[in-house]
Amino acid sequence: MNLKVNGTEHNVGEIDPQTPLLWVLRDTLNLVGTKFGCGITQCGACTVLIDGTAIKSCGLPISAVGAAEVTTIEGLASPAGELNSLQQAWVDLDVAQCGYCQSGQIMAAEALLRTNPNPTDSEIDQAMESNLCRCGTYIRIREAVKKAARQSGISSLGERQ
Amino acid sequence: MTSLNYADIGNVVPAVTGEPSGSSSLADLRIDKVGRRQFLKLTGVVGGGLMLAFHLPKAVAAETGAAFAPDGYIKIDSNGILLYAKNPEIGQGVKTSLPMIIAEELDAAWSDVEVLQAPIDQTLYGFQFAGGSMSIPTNWNILRRSGATARQMLVNAAARRWGVDAGSLRTADSHVINKANNQKLAYTELASAAASLPVPDADKVALKDPKQFKLLGTRITGVDNEALVTGKALFGVDVTVPGMKYAVYEKCPSIGGSVKSANLDEVKKMLGVRDAFVVQGNANAMELVPGVAIVADSTWEAIQAKRQLTVEWDLTNASTDSWSNAKSEAERLTRDPGPSVVDVGDVDSAFESSAHMVTGFYTYHFVSHAPLEPQNCTASFKDGELEMWSPTQTPPQGLASAARVVGINPSKVTLHQMRCGGGFGRRLYNDFMCEAAAIAKQAGVPIKLQWTREDDIAYDLFRAGGFHRMDGSIDQEGKVSGWRDRFITFSNDGRRPVSGGHITPDVFPGGLLANLRVEQTPLEWKNRCAAWRAPGSNVFGFVVGSFVHELAVAAGRDHLDVLLEMLGESRQLSPRGLNTGRAAGVVRLAAEKAGWGKELPKQRGMGVAFYYSHMGHIAEVAEVSVSDTGQTVTNTSGQSKPRRNVRVHRVTVAADVGPIINLSGAENQVQGSVVDGLSTMGLSVTFEDGRAKQTNFNQYPLLRMPATPDVAVHFVDSDYSPTGLGEPALPPLAPAMCNAIYSACGFRIRTLPISEEGFFIV
Repeated sequence: MNLKVNGTEHNVGEIDPQTPLLWVLRDTLNLVGTKFGCGITQCGACTVLIDGTAIKSCGLPISAVGAAEVTTIEGLASPAGELNSLQQAWVDLDVAQCGYCQSGQIMAAEALLRTNPNPTDSEIDQAMESNLCRCGTYIRIREAVKKAARQSGISSLGERQ
Repeated sequence: MTSLNYADIGNVVPAVTGEPSGSSSLADLRIDKVGRRQFLKLTGVVGGGLMLAFHLPKAVAAETGAAFAPDGYIKIDSNGILLYAKNPEIGQGVKTSLPMIIAEELDAAWSDVEVLQAPIDQTLYGFQFAGGSMSIPTNWNILRRSGATARQMLVNAAARRWGVDAGSLRTADSHVINKANNQKLAYTELASAAASLPVPDADKVALKDPKQFKLLGTRITGVDNEALVTGKALFGVDVTVPGMKYAVYEKCPSIGGSVKSANLDEVKKMLGVRDAFVVQGNANAMELVPGVAIVADSTWEAIQAKRQLTVEWDLTNASTDSWSNAKSEAERLTRDPGPSVVDVGDVDSAFESSAHMVTGFYTYHFVSHAPLEPQNCTASFKDGELEMWSPTQTPPQGLASAARVVGINPSKVTLHQMRCGGGFGRRLYNDFMCEAAAIAKQAGVPIKLQWTREDDIAYDLFRAGGFHRMDGSIDQEGKVSGWRDRFITFSNDGRRPVSGGHITPDVFPGGLLANLRVEQTPLEWKNRCAAWRAPGSNVFGFVVGSFVHELAVAAGRDHLDVLLEMLGESRQLSPRGLNTGRAAGVVRLAAEKAGWGKELPKQRGMGVAFYYSHMGHIAEVAEVSVSDTGQTVTNTSGQSKPRRNVRVHRVTVAADVGPIINLSGAENQVQGSVVDGLSTMGLSVTFEDGRAKQTNFNQYPLLRMPATPDVAVHFVDSDYSPTGLGEPALPPLAPAMCNAIYSACGFRIRTLPISEEGFFIV
């Protein structure tokens, strides 16, 4: 079975088609940035992008991925290692405490900014509602999304405030 | 193996798991002991340069060469400056804040510093642990002296090279500078010369005047942040070792049950399954309880096999714990006096001569730690030696327990400390390490043991519930004159209250009232209970912080005035106990910043609470709106309640924890504690038939972003020694909220979770 992750085709071999994408990423491809938290799509620690949409990979059978493009936290920075605006905002604002949920948070925020580059507070709240942070870093997550939105807006569109 | 043994309960570093308030004498002892032992070791090192290598971590010693490594915390060579963070990182920020203390006194530029997790080595570092908000207070002096000693040696090396007096030199940004001509030498250039110099007497090494601090008190981003946001392997669950298989472990749904039989042959035939076997417990419920292990080629195959596993359990000694029974029993017990923990003055007389009496029955449910990273551990057992990779808060104890379980000497265990995806006290206990060790030994291959979320909740070491019948009196002058707390708690051995379920004489308002009686009676309980963030304080704070408000309302007085009056004149109640002046300071500051007393719209209210724990003085003011929804909800007792929504507009926090090390981390801890406090106000684990009814986050609804309010944090600038912030900002939150809800709608909440009374934070 083939899987396209972060722009690269992988042959993941013979695999139970019901296997959730999460475990293929973690155990087969050793992309461990995507985390296991609950196994029932409640916490969002396993959030990845499927063709740009935020999906909880613990609930998505590998057979359902097909030819879709999977993006994980490992695929956000540039090939040279330059952080994207969300990752940079997360570092600048020191968002993480334990950090376990943060890759899922960043992926959910990435999906939001791809469709809505300049979200309001309540749009951020709605988009991020499906991701739990047990340490309670929501205040900084919200700020980091806003900071990244401002910076992406400026860099990609020039005139956007 | 017929009965449960809770040998380790209450025995896992009492000061770490936390007695109710930061003033516990055990905490005092722990600080002094660790501090003194470490200090002696440092001065012992000072005795002779030849001793140094002996004290170096093995990994460091092997590659030291000409490196300058005066102790286990610092290593400087031509490549750069390495600082070692000694304690586990569980989200409390110590992997950043502890090295910051060293770097400040070392005068190293933070951008020149690389931080590594220190190896687990008690001879070098003393006890390494994450708990009790103790990392900062127990390491402050040690780390300052470490940095200052190394700095002095680098200065001495430069003085020798330049042939000048050390007093003519200064340091800044990882360089020694000649004051006369501004000539500079980098620490990296001086390292090998410094390594051969005698170590100065740590007693006499000059420490900076705190006014000169450049790094401490600033905002520094966490040292692992880049690795975190790029998905690098950091956590226990991220470990992969050669030849590793994936394991899961099924335990009896009711603790105390053991395995009669299981469909092992059927399970072994499943796709990817390599092995399945029964593990006997070791008769210590805190270490290894009986169960069935499954070893497979992937986590998913192991989990699938676990779902097909059918076990017949021997329930002879299994838990029959029932919350509803405990509640009825507690209500019955509180009709009569219980054994007293403290009895000062004459409460009965105070009650008889009172102008007003107030009575309230307070209840709080059990809750789970629910760290987002479920318990896990990777273990390899080969030729009588055990190697482990573990996200634990108490590595030395985990190592010792695992060694005991597989029957080897602890010297045969190598433990790699992994970053913890949340702790909150859960990882002070190392049952997951014991299971991984036992499974690896029997499987004969390295295994990564992964608990599911359901395992994690069912086999948590719960924050115990409790019940308090409160009685208090107001005298003819409108002052609080008497206080009685009839507390029903839980015990795993039928005798000693569980960790966090033991009330002590110093719990507020201990030492503040002339007439005070606190009684404590334990109910026997089989499910394991243990330390949960700010143990004891997180529930006692709710009860006493709410009851002070009840008394103020009965007296017809402003809550703030009554609280300040109870605190009284400025004084220190015990050496590391409550300081009423610092307490009043944060109460006034929080009130002022929140705009206490300002006019609020209808259905909006403010509440205040103060609590002292873990040596931190913290006051919080919550501002909320309460709205009726017109709906009704059914609580866990089957009662129908009108549903009311609580909107939290703002929480204002004033904290006095001495000087701040990392302003960014400190603020994050306080905001996180407030969010954790709000979250936990809506959470409950209820038990029937011996087991928890809640199994996953769909039934254990942690707070989410839309309900998260603004949290304004104000730190008091004080000259006291710095203390920790992992815990003390949590206890005042629930009472401040419940007091605010009362002010908004007139309903007194005496039960946590507040959903029991129909209230939901939205």
